[in-house]
Amino acid sequence: MKFAKPLVFIACLIPIARIGWGIACAIAGCTAPPYFAQHLGVNPIRDAEIETGLWTLRFLAIALAVTPARRITHWNVLAKYRRMLGLFTFFYACVHLSLWFVDWWFDWPAMWDEIVKHKFILIGMLTFLILLPLAITSTNGWIKRLGKRWAKLHRLVYLAAITGTIHYLWGLSSKQGSTPTFPILYMATFALLLGYRAWDKLRKQKQLARA
Amino acid sequence: MLIRKPTDIASSEITPEDVYLNRRQFIGTAGALGLGAVAAACGTGDGKLRIDSAAGEVEQGEKPNTYEEITHYNNFYEFGYGKEDPSDPDLNSKFRPQPWTVRVEGLVKKPADYHLEDLIKLAKVEDRTYRFRCVEAWSMVIPWQGIQLSNLINKLQPLPSAKFVEFETVVRPSEMPGQRTNSLDWPYIEGLRMDEAMNPLTLVATGIYGKSLLTQNGAPVRLVIPWKYGFKGAKSIVKIRFVDKQPMNTWQIQNPREYGFYANVNPTVDHPRWTQASERRIGQFRRLETKMFNGYADQVASMYAGMDLRKNF
Repeated sequence: MKFAKPLVFIACLIPIARIGWGIACAIAGCTAPPYFAQHLGVNPIRDAEIETGLWTLRFLAIALAVTPARRITHWNVLAKYRRMLGLFTFFYACVHLSLWFVDWWFDWPAMWDEIVKHKFILIGMLTFLILLPLAITSTNGWIKRLGKRWAKLHRLVYLAAITGTIHYLWGLSSKQGSTPTFPILYMATFALLLGYRAWDKLRKQKQLARA
Repeated sequence: MLIRKPTDIASSEITPEDVYLNRRQFIGTAGALGLGAVAAACGTGDGKLRIDSAAGEVEQGEKPNTYEEITHYNNFYEFGYGKEDPSDPDLNSKFRPQPWTVRVEGLVKKPADYHLEDLIKLAKVEDRTYRFRCVEAWSMVIPWQGIQLSNLINKLQPLPSAKFVEFETVVRPSEMPGQRTNSLDWPYIEGLRMDEAMNPLTLVATGIYGKSLLTQNGAPVRLVIPWKYGFKGAKSIVKIRFVDKQPMNTWQIQNPREYGFYANVNPTVDHPRWTQASERRIGQFRRLETKMFNGYADQVASMYAGMDLRKNF
């Protein structure tokens, strides 16, 4: 199992490799991108922004699934992937945000306007700002330094799951009253992952009370 | 030959894009060689974005988009939400844009069902290359062919009581998979004030790049109002109705906070979820500044004099 971790690491890079290859194809002007490339249409920056945003949410869901999976399966080896998956979430968020910068080509006044005027951009930025300190304090040194406060700080990831999904929901265009299927699926996933934790905590408290 | 099956067009008949774009230059050259006095009659009305390279009126960076771009980035919810759904053969191949009948009704002297061919024959088919600005802040430059709506309306003779024109898209759930969902309330309705409909820029389009409209672009006949956001341009039109009251258009019904009746391109009035001050021209890397009335202010601004465009968005 020596190679398991590097293999997971490489697997986590597949989406970005496909998107990068897709962008390269778009720049080169291929109409039929070769195998493996992420299909991006004639507005590739926009499509790449959407794809990296979705992958941020997916990695966040995978990272949040580690603990419930470990508790249920008692397969404790999973724990060593938690930090890596969390950092990949942050990595995809960084690429997502960078593409937004490229989209606006560092037109700072226009970008500032977008942030303050449009709540879906604002909550996206907020989500990134929540993830930032979590990524910074993910090292062994910071875990030691923060002690018990580390776990408390990292509970902010639950908030990021909520604000990130709202960012997705608000960004979609749809008619009033219609059902935004995909944001609801992400929301349901996060609700399940967060709900499990709440239930688990409650169960443990009851056990303690009985003992 | 506006309406025919795609298979009827031999590949040899299709004008390559580069030849198409330089066709006036070609005619000009032919004229200079004494081969055709007709070349002189090729001008279009004033102010339209022209692609007359001989006359040097191509604005910087205003090159028409490629046929590939124009036919693979479409909003046409009748075939699905995705930009590439309307051009996906799995979703659009059942659609039959011919034979096609357009019903003219309401406050008009000559209400009737017209074969599309007969309707188009009422006016002359022209080339019009226009900027196309989507409300989602992307844009293209599209070389349309079609008839000026005002020429058609003059032939149809609306009654003096007609103040607005309503356009209705076909409803065929068996051919348009998006209509089997409730993504919008069908049929798709759009409308124009009579003076907007009579503006010389407003076009009833039947072709792009000299080819009949493809399904994804609104085959076989659609509306093009270049100073308004793209959703005003109803596609696959089956009804033209002259009315005395301002119609409710589909997007205004769906989300009145975000979409209005006028939908004039206006960089100073933002969409609630994004800015309209700039746009991404498909195929270009940097965003462009959006122009008032999409750059057609000289021809259309007077129609809205004294109106609060913030309220009438």
